[in-house]
Parts: sequence; structure tokens; C-alpha cells
Amino acid sequence: MRIPQIDPSQTPLSGPQTAQFNAFASSLAPDQSAWLLGYLTASKHFHRDDDHPSAVAGSASDQQLTVLFASQTGNAAKVAKLLVAASASAGIQAVAVSTADYKSANLRNERQLVLISSTQGEGDPPDSAVEFRRFLFGKRAPRLEGLRFAVLALGDYSYANFCKAGAEFDQRLEELGGKRILARVDCDVEFQAAADAWQGQVIETFKGLLPSNNRAPLVAHPVPTTEEAGYDKARPFEAAVLERINLNGRGSEKKTYHLEISLTGSGITYQPGDALGVVPRNSPAYVRDLVAMTRLAPDASVSVDGKERPLADALGDTFEITTITRPFVKAYASQIGSTELGALLDKGQEESFQKYVHGREIIDVLQAFPSGDLPAQTFVGMLRRLQPRLYSIASSLLAHEEEVHLLVGLTRYESHGRMREGVCSSFVCERLRDDEPLRVFPSPNPSFRLPANPDARVIMIGPGTGVAPFRAFVEERETLGCRGRNWLFFGDQHFATDFLYQVEWQRWHKSGVLSHLDLAFSRDQAEKIYVQHRMLERGRDLYAWLQDGAHVYVCGDAGRMAADVHEALIAIVSKEGGKNREAAVEYVENLQASKRYQRDVY
Amino acid sequence: MSDEATPAQGSSENEFIKDASNYLRGTIAKGLRDPITGGIAPSDQQLLKFHGMYQQDDRDVRLERQRQKLEPLHSFLIRIRMPGGVCTPAQYLELDRLACAHAGSTLRLTTRQTFQLHTVPKRDLRQLIQAMHKAELDTIAACGDVNRNVMCNPNPLLSALHAEVYAWSKRLSEHLLPRTHAYHEIWLGDDLVAGGEPADDHEPLYGKHYLPRKFKIAVAVPPSNDVDVFANDLGFIAITDGDKLAGFNVTVGGGMSLSHGERATYPRIGDVIGFVPAADILAVAEAVLTTQRDFGDRTNRKHARLKYTIDDRGLDWFKAEVERRLGHPLAPARAFAFDGNGDRYGWVKGVGDTWHFTLFVMNGRIRDDGDRPLLTALREIAKVHDGDFRMTGNQNLMIANVSKANKRRIDSLLDHYRLKDGVEKTGLRLASMACVALPSCGQAMAESERYLPSLLDKLDAVVRAAGLEKEPIVIRMTGCPNGCARPYLAEIALVGKNLGKYNLYLGGGFAGDRLNKLYREGLADEEIVSALEPIIHRYARERNPGEHFGDFTIRAGYVKATRQGRDFHD
Repeated sequence: MRIPQIDPSQTPLSGPQTAQFNAFASSLAPDQSAWLLGYLTASKHFHRDDDHPSAVAGSASDQQLTVLFASQTGNAAKVAKLLVAASASAGIQAVAVSTADYKSANLRNERQLVLISSTQGEGDPPDSAVEFRRFLFGKRAPRLEGLRFAVLALGDYSYANFCKAGAEFDQRLEELGGKRILARVDCDVEFQAAADAWQGQVIETFKGLLPSNNRAPLVAHPVPTTEEAGYDKARPFEAAVLERINLNGRGSEKKTYHLEISLTGSGITYQPGDALGVVPRNSPAYVRDLVAMTRLAPDASVSVDGKERPLADALGDTFEITTITRPFVKAYASQIGSTELGALLDKGQEESFQKYVHGREIIDVLQAFPSGDLPAQTFVGMLRRLQPRLYSIASSLLAHEEEVHLLVGLTRYESHGRMREGVCSSFVCERLRDDEPLRVFPSPNPSFRLPANPDARVIMIGPGTGVAPFRAFVEERETLGCRGRNWLFFGDQHFATDFLYQVEWQRWHKSGVLSHLDLAFSRDQAEKIYVQHRMLERGRDLYAWLQDGAHVYVCGDAGRMAADVHEALIAIVSKEGGKNREAAVEYVENLQASKRYQRDVY
Repeated sequence: MSDEATPAQGSSENEFIKDASNYLRGTIAKGLRDPITGGIAPSDQQLLKFHGMYQQDDRDVRLERQRQKLEPLHSFLIRIRMPGGVCTPAQYLELDRLACAHAGSTLRLTTRQTFQLHTVPKRDLRQLIQAMHKAELDTIAACGDVNRNVMCNPNPLLSALHAEVYAWSKRLSEHLLPRTHAYHEIWLGDDLVAGGEPADDHEPLYGKHYLPRKFKIAVAVPPSNDVDVFANDLGFIAITDGDKLAGFNVTVGGGMSLSHGERATYPRIGDVIGFVPAADILAVAEAVLTTQRDFGDRTNRKHARLKYTIDDRGLDWFKAEVERRLGHPLAPARAFAFDGNGDRYGWVKGVGDTWHFTLFVMNGRIRDDGDRPLLTALREIAKVHDGDFRMTGNQNLMIANVSKANKRRIDSLLDHYRLKDGVEKTGLRLASMACVALPSCGQAMAESERYLPSLLDKLDAVVRAAGLEKEPIVIRMTGCPNGCARPYLAEIALVGKNLGKYNLYLGGGFAGDRLNKLYREGLADEEIVSALEPIIHRYARERNPGEHFGDFTIRAGYVKATRQGRDFHD
């Protein structure tokens, strides 16, 4: 296969650029050409503005629908891609762009825009949209009088600031003069049905505004290979668990399980940085306790998706029975007529609500506010569907053919006088029998990717289970023989028992694949030492790496750790780069904007 | 032999490690700073012994950690240099504090009169050694191919003599210390002179290759042989003129270790080669040590102890070489008599209104164990004690030199913590010793310290049934044949062969003056009991007045007497 030469008269490339390209293209061997074409095709749906026609010809914007997505785990990206595909079928010219790739200056030229945004943690936009948001809310934001827009917000109802990022984008676009052509739709974790309905509305609305054409969409959107396998949360793959080991040595306060899962027969593939969805089942003991609290019969019949099932069974595998959501509180309070409980939802009571649900579960609500006569069907009607959990993949397919490895921290703690456990972690680590299949599906995470350049340096910061994707990264880079140096910051409680994958890191350090390995064990000395402290100690080298083009990855706890690490980066850039804080902040933001600083935090 | 010569071809690996170590430095300092592993490089592990430390790992979890992708649970044994086993209450309290902070809240009394701390993580080593240094304690040469902790009889009955003999032990220990600055540099942070190798580092006595193997010295004060003087490379037996110390008989060539299945390896008891006045003791020690330095086998570490040098070349040759180095012949040995190698428990009055209490410590293990909070008890005693502590060679502890005024206070603490229940124990148990073995010792082939108590429960029942509960019968157990608990001098010895299996030896001399002999091989728990039970009962019935168990087993024909090391396997 050969890459055709470009005609200088038919390209936006400059003369020298065209000459460079043609020389490069003719230097390639057939297999190199084939690889490069495949590579360019595969990267198209996350194409950069530079090859985006609308960036060249402003007039294209008049005729097309721009689908901007701000995605963290890939859900928003998925909705965007489906919308583009559906638009094409409807004859609408649509193009999907990640907020991370979007050239903000083009916003003033947009005429039709839909924005799909997820919300992280306490109402933040995804990392991929931090830059875009800054632009949109900053002084340089353009007036958008000519814009017609619609926003789809993805979120998790159990968080106080549900869909806040999407809501803010929606409001801001209007403030800037844009015309909201569809009311914003906010989706809970089970977003598919709402998103599908919204997609229909979007197409119907914009169809009337845009000239119909029968051309294919400007940009092809190949469905990622992971989806070709066809496994998703509605139809997970039943995988054999080959190995399940608690990696924490005796005496540890933690239990962190390493799982080796067979993908044989599934066709599922993944890339380092991706996650694996796991469909859990609730604990039968917990279901028993919950049912006892409702004073319902475990075998009371409930209708679920048109099927009659015993209550206990349905609670076991279909409903989320721990997390207290606002809709649950609302429905339950009104069912039992409790104004005290209902008052938690009042405007201005968000803090009280958060405080109440902290460390509590549905069972505590039932205990504190007994239900009286609660029909089983009514009860299940208040509950959300049991959601799969996503775990960052800890292996590279190149190193473990047809396998996927996970690192799962078992969550177990006591609060309000009751032992609590993570629904999925306790299922995966303890309740799942050795001979029982685990239901899994791939969940791509394009915003957490190794640098394309094998020579680029990589700095990985992953305390606790956050180290999982970095095992995948290092395995991948080792197998590919990448020359770029790798540096890992890892931390946990105790060196002796909690050094996850210790012998593997030692091996990689010895062989040179890992050129630096810095460790922070918080409880081995009087004062707490965390990864950010080690980063600060190594500030000089770390800054030198950044100056050398290193990519920085952070994985793990979204609460304290990610923020502390972020601050440490700013402090290092400020000190070692001799910059004031503002300039250091800008430096770090530029890293994010150029995708050299990516996070997978949860 | 030139000090600077590189090891000859065929020398053992350790010789090359020592040669390249720059006087015991190796890359220990670098290894200590490496946070990725809890261990240090293998060659440094050899050198670390000279600094009084062993790298070990918890063998109970070795396999499971391998599956968990964790390295072995490395930690360090720290052995203190404590000549004669004497320490002050303040030093004891500091050791107690360090044990609680860094070593799993336990102290171990050794068979060579010192303390060991176990399970110390690498990152704590320097601060621990520094804290010891402040308490005037060190670990220099507590292990390694050098002279190790010098043992000395802590005899309380003759305290004036003890003080004099103890002073000689201390001088011996100090005289034979390595002179390298490596210890201070690595552990106490003394800076290296810029440029690396300090110009003044040399070893006038040892040379840069030190000795071919470990070297042990003990000083005994008859009639007690509680230090097992004959088990040492070099022994001194105090000889008195009336109440005054006249000098010492010299013994050479004792040693315990052997390897299973290798008949060329054997334990040996020292030979008495003469008498020296006290003032000559350092010169004699130097002559013996340097002879071994120059003639010991540096090619085979299993054949490198002084005992083989002597047997290979003959005792006469050895004595002549020592006398040549000394510059004059040794005087003929004087008469002496030992009556046992055990301890006397309970209160004993010393000279000048001082009192001594010898406490039985099972296997030398000091730890709070449920209803027996020994660690706490000794801490409380140390807080009020105005004398000193002395470890015995039998892993026991003496609360020594208690003033008359303080005796009641100590006594009530002993009562409070129920430490005076020695009378309930059988003579067998009171004369027992076990090495540490599993899980920490890398050499162990079988359990020892963790197993002996339960075996003794069964054997106690046997001796009680035989009416021998008061009879001291020396029983010793080790987890491997290297002999840390000096098993080959015991009347009954159990030496680990593999997990749960022991070789049973009988016939050692009660005074530590005769080696025992293999009686049965590879016995499991119940087999040990059933092998011993009929012999114990027969001993109860047929023994002569005053006849000890070891002597009886020979007279009754269970084993032949071992006269010298080379007869051990016959």
C-alpha cells in the first residue's frame, strides 16, 4: 500500500509542508504506509482542529452541526459519536469534537452546536474540558448571537452538584447570546434512554434548520474496536476469573485484590488507560437485612421489566440498594409522609442532605423512618438500577494476550454502627465464587492515553489502586520497546505490606524500564508522607522532565490526592521554573490543554 | 601471608567479598538508602554480619508473599556486643524501648550472653544503632569472621573474682575488635574524608581479609562451666590461688557446627594446652587468633574453623606455633574441676551484702505473653534496680548486685509478676535451651524455639512419672546442625533435620565436657517422646548415686561415648 502524493493546488498545506509530506510519504515502506493509514483512520473521531474542515472554511459551520463533547470516562464521547452517526443517516452533516481538541477561537463561527458534558466529583467539568470552560467563562469568550445550541448533561444523581458542569455550560452559552433551541436534559448514571430520546429531539430540531444532503458525514466515525465485540453494560461478557490474589501482606489494614480475567472468546480488546466495567450483585446477607427492615416478605412478587420476580431476587441483582439518592428520599418521604425526611430536600438544605447521607445507606433511612405498609412494588420503584462499576485496567494486552487484569480495593468500614462494604469490590473480591463467571464489558477512556511518541517521557503518579493503569502503561511500553523513560510515584500505608506489585516494579527498575521509582508510605513514620511530598522532594528532576516534554498521568483518589498532586505540580513549576504562581498555574494548564497532563481520578 | 594479597584462586566467595569491601563497607550505606527493597545486596549481607546484623525474612509468609507479588518480608537481626553479658538497668531500659519501637516488642537472650533484636526493618537500622551508641552499646563484630561476643561466667558467689575475670573479658573483647571506621561511618554518620577510602583504615590484627571464619572466646570460672568453655575456639579457665586470680588455663579448638550427612564436619571440644598468668591473656589470645588467621582454611567455609586447623596440622604443631608467636612456652595446665554447665535459679547472696536473682527465661525469649508479661515485668524491675543485669550462657537472666535495701522491692515485683515459680518447673525444663530457628533464621530446617515448649510439656510428664522432676537433665534443641544452642554438649539434643523431624543425640557430659552421639535419626514429635520415655524410666530405676543422665546413657549402652570430635560420627 502506498500513500498518494498530495497535489499542492488542492491542499490547505503550504508549499513546504506539501513537499515535506510527499517526501515523507514516498519514503515509507508498504507496511509502514498501511500502518499509518490505519492509524490516521482510527484517530479520526478524535481528530484535531487542524484537520477539521470547519477550522479552515468558516462557511462550513453554517451548514453543519458541531457536536462538542466533554468526556471523562467515555460516556459523553459515546453519545456524541452515536449522535453524529444518527445525524448522518438523517442527512445532517455533523462532526464530533472533544473539548480537549476544540480550538476555542472557532466558537464565534459556530452556528449549530450541541454540547454533551459529564460532571466530575463535586460539580467539576471533566479534565478534558477544563481549558474550554476557562475560555468560555473568561474575558476572551466571544458573543454568540448567531448560535443555536442544545446541551446534554451527564451526571450522578447521588452527588449534590448533579450535572452541574453541563448546567453551567448551558447557562453560559445563553449568557453569551446563544439561542437555546432545546431545553437541557440532565441524565443520571443510567443515561442511555434519556440520551436516546434527546438524540431524537436534536435531529428533529436541527433537521429543520439545516439543508438536507445525502453526503456521508464529513468525518467518518469508525466504531472503536472495543465496541465491535458488542459487549456493553446491557450485554456484558461472562468472563472466567483465572486468578484472584489479595496483594496486601499479612498485617495490612487493607485488602487490594489483583484479578486476572480471561477474555478468550469475547473479542474484547482494550488499550492501556481504558477501564473495564464490572456488573456486580448485591450481598445476599445485605438483601436479607434490608428486606427485614422493610418488613416485606422476601418472596413478595415485584414486576421488573415486565417480569414477575421475588423481591429478594430483584434486590439482589437489579437494584441499587445502598446509595441514598435524592429521588429515593423524595419518594420515600412522601410515601411514609415524613416531613422531617422530606425537609432534607428543601432548597438551601443541600449541605444537610450531604451530611445526612454521608456514611449512611438506604437501610439506615428505613431504620430511622420505619416504612409502615410499604408495597414491594412501590419500594423497588424508588430504587435506581444497579450500576456496573468501572475499574482502570492494570494490564496490557501485549503482555497478557486475551487477558485483562484489575486491581480492586476492597472497601469495608464501619459507620453509624453498621459495617459497610463496597457493593462491587466485596462482590468481586469475596462473594464471587472461583468457578463463577464475572460479567464485564470494555469501557474506553480516550482521555487517558500514553503518548503516541515512544520516545516521550512519562511521569506516573498513582498511589493505592491508582497504580493500576501504570502497570498497564509500563507493560505496554516495555513490550513495545519504547525508549522514553518512565517514572512512577507510588504510595500507600506501609512498605512491608502495601507495596502493590512490588516485585514487578523492582524488576522494571532493575531492567531500566522504570528509570525512577519514588515511594511514599504514609504510616511507616510519625509524620504522614504522601506522593506529593515525594514529588516536591524530586522537584528539580521532575521539572527537568516536564521541560523535556514529559507526559504526566495521575490516577486514584479524586478527593485529596488529585488536588494535592495538582498543587505540588504548580509548586514545582513555580520553584524550579522561577515563575510566579499565576505563570505556574498557566504552565500546568497548558500541560492539560496539550494533553500532557491527564488524570483518571475517581 | 601479605595483608594486601588478593585472595588466592579457589578461595571461598566470602574472601573475595571481604577483599573488595574496603574494610567492611561494601555498598551497605547505599543499600540502606534504597527504599525500593527491604533488603540489601547479597554481598553486603555477608559484610553486615561484621556489623552485628543479619538480614533475615519471615519464612512463615515467604511463599504467600511470592504469590502476592511482594518480596520476602525482609528484616534484620541485631546482635549486641556485650562482653560477659553485663548491662546496666539504664541500658536495659533503652533496649526495651528500642525493642518496643522497632523490633516487635520482644528481646531475645542468646546462648552467648547478649541480646538480640529481631524483625527490625531496614529503614529503622541506623536510628536504632545510633540510639544504642548513646546508651554506650554497640554491635561491632557481634557476628562475622572475627572474634565475637566474649563470654564470661557471671558467678555471683565469688563476686570479687567475677569482677576481675569480667574485666579481662572486656579487655579481650576490646583488644580483638576490628579497627575499621566502617561501623562509625555507616551507622553513626561520621563523614568520609573527601575522596573515599580513608587513608588510616587498616586492620593491624586482622588484615583486610579478617579471619577465615567466626571465632569465639569464653572465660569460665570453675566449678561452673555455664559458658560451655569447651565449645569455643579459644577458652580461658580461671585458676585461683585461694581467693586470688592466678591466671587461666587455655583451651583451643572447640566448636559446634556440622552439616548433616557430611562426616568431614563435626563438633569438637577444646583441648587444654597450658596455663598463662592473667597478664598474658591478651598476648595468648592474639597468638591463637593470628595463627588461625594465617593457617585457617579460606577455601571451604565448612572447614574453616580453628578446630579443623588444629586437627589437620596436629595439636602439638598448633601449640608450638602459638608459643613461637608468644615468644615463650605455656606453663603446664593447672588442676580444675567443673560440676555442671547449668544455672542456679533464685536468690543467692554475693559478697558485700549484695544479692543476685537468677531468672529462668524459657528459650531466652522476653516478651509479654498473655498472663506472663515478662517484658513489662523486667521493665518495671529495671526502673528500680540499683545493680546490673547479667545474661547467662543458658539464655537466662540474672538480676545482679541488688543492694540489701532494694532487695525487698525487687522481690515484691518478682512476686507480683509471678517470676519465682521456678520450683514448679522440672529440672529438665530448667536445663533446656533452644535456638530461634523458624520463622526468622535463614538456616533453620525445623522449628526450635516455637516447638521446644510443647515437647517439654510431654517430656515433663515423662520425668514426673519417673520421679525425676527435680533432676537437672540438660536438653537442647536447634533447628539446624550449626549448633547455636550448643546441642552437641547436651545430655539430650534434638537437631532439626527437616520440618517436624529431628535427630536425637544422647550422652553429652553434664559439665559440658563431653560431646554426645547420634542415637536416632529423623524422629517426629511422638517418636521423640517414645524414644526417650523408656530411657528416662530406666535411668530413674538404675542410675548410680549422683550419676547424670548423659553418663547413664553411655553406661547403659544406648550410645558410645564420644571422646573427641573426630569420633563424633563413629
